[in-house]
Amino acid sequence: MSTPDAPVSLRRRLALRGLDGTTLLIAPALLFLLAVFVYPFLYGLWLSFAPKAGPWFSNYAAFFSDPFQYNTIWTTLALALPVTVISLLVAIPVAFRVRLMRRQRLLTTILVLPITLGTVLIAQGLLNYLGPQGWFSRTLMFLHLTGGPVRLTHNYWGVFASILITGFPFTFLLTLSYVTGIDPALEQAGATLGASAWQRFRHIFLPLLVPGLAISFLLSFVQSFAVFPSAVLVGAPAGPTRVISIAAYQAAFEKYDYSMASAIAMIMAAVQLVVVVLVLAGRNMFYRGSTSGGKG
Amino acid sequence: MIRDTSIGARLWTTAVWVVVGFFVLNLLAMIATVIIDSFATRWLGTWLPVGLTTKWYSSAWSEFQLGQVLVVTFEIVFTVVLLAGLLGVTAAYAMARRDFPGKRVVMLLFLLPLLVPPITYGIPMATVLYQSGVGGTFWGVVLANLVPTVPFVVLVMIPFIEQIDPKVEAAARVFGAGTFRLFLYVLLPMLLPGILAALLLVLVRTIAMFELTFLAAGPTSQTLVVVLYYSVFAPGVRAVQSVDAMAVIYMVTTLVWLLLALRFVNPTQIVARARTQQAN
Repeated sequence: MSTPDAPVSLRRRLALRGLDGTTLLIAPALLFLLAVFVYPFLYGLWLSFAPKAGPWFSNYAAFFSDPFQYNTIWTTLALALPVTVISLLVAIPVAFRVRLMRRQRLLTTILVLPITLGTVLIAQGLLNYLGPQGWFSRTLMFLHLTGGPVRLTHNYWGVFASILITGFPFTFLLTLSYVTGIDPALEQAGATLGASAWQRFRHIFLPLLVPGLAISFLLSFVQSFAVFPSAVLVGAPAGPTRVISIAAYQAAFEKYDYSMASAIAMIMAAVQLVVVVLVLAGRNMFYRGSTSGGKG
Repeated sequence: MIRDTSIGARLWTTAVWVVVGFFVLNLLAMIATVIIDSFATRWLGTWLPVGLTTKWYSSAWSEFQLGQVLVVTFEIVFTVVLLAGLLGVTAAYAMARRDFPGKRVVMLLFLLPLLVPPITYGIPMATVLYQSGVGGTFWGVVLANLVPTVPFVVLVMIPFIEQIDPKVEAAARVFGAGTFRLFLYVLLPMLLPGILAALLLVLVRTIAMFELTFLAAGPTSQTLVVVLYYSVFAPGVRAVQSVDAMAVIYMVTTLVWLLLALRFVNPTQIVARARTQQAN
């Protein structure tokens, strides 16, 4: 609200633009986010350019000249990209089947489980389940698919499975919400005109879905890129699955070099941003518009 | 609905269900191994454990001081729920009812903490929290957990508030209700299902939120999931079954609230509330 002494006309002018006592209800939440989310991020950006020693860019120079550090980017991409692509490729056909189901609730509830349980519990479960003596390995040996126990924990594949289990339901539920948002009348029109299932998907659904799929891809990529607990617990954090968040954590809480840690966090954000910009730029080459039928 | 009955279409449908079945089977088997192991006397190199016992629960309870950890966890979680509800619902009301310059920027600001992964903004945030002295304390953990939950409540509540006809509020005003009475007797009863759903989801998310709690917590402000992480992180110190018993206790604390939440919300809302609103 404007100050009580201000002329009434000012208050009315503000109210006409939508600024009155009710709008001020945003202020607490907004101030909170500015203080605890925006300010730390900007402070981190500034801190990353204020290294413990050397010129302003030396944190970044140190990161990009040490293979142990800059390889974490590739390690993380090598985990996050395949998982995201596989999740999306599997989620699309499954979402197309599930949209026809009457009772989706049981399946969606089962799929919400891993999102709710969180990465730590999944990692703990996978250590038992995928371990050399776990049920998975035993089943493969029982079916004579492998000669001996398979090693799936404390390496790349353990982390891969862990991100897939937590990431796939997320991708699937997002994709499902986009797929069900498309008017079935469009598909019926295509079928009436003699389009086969593949043609209906390729020429009707896919163009309408691309914007939504791009968003699903980005959200699940960004989440998998920030993998942390499972890379430590089911991975090999010293080597093959030393992802970028581990590098940032070690700088902050093992070497207490907050400046370097902020620099790595900024590099992590920058890589995510690059992928986001690339995907969004690619999306603009496709059709964008209404997903509902009818005239228009 | 179009029914395709050719052999190719049937094979395709079967393949899709096999993939879903494989995923769900592995997921449930993984959860089952944790539960079975927590009751096992000894389980090495066989399909099922040698014998069953409940002793790991009492040993986990005393080893990890779970009683105290649970008290801390619920103190933190309910503080977060209360504050996120207060900040989130008021902001959502203003966002739903008013159109003001810069609204798109504010909306983007509310979306960002949900889109950026916690570990990315968590490290600079923990730095600031530690420098201002709240890092490692109860309030540090609460502040850190409020960052994703306040925007979550805002985004879930906006469509709920938009559904309420402003004429109802105008009528209450005509009959002389002040802002407080309007909120208490008109808005709150109509918004209660939405608020309850949003807060239950905040509850589940906060119990399961590892990264932010991990970065902001000190020895006395660790929640259950962080204690679980540390015990898995240091293998060999304690029996696996004991860790699994704690994992089961963690699972139960989360799932009870999830099942309660699912009575009020559609599961897809947990990931896609804001998006489905735009898509429809």
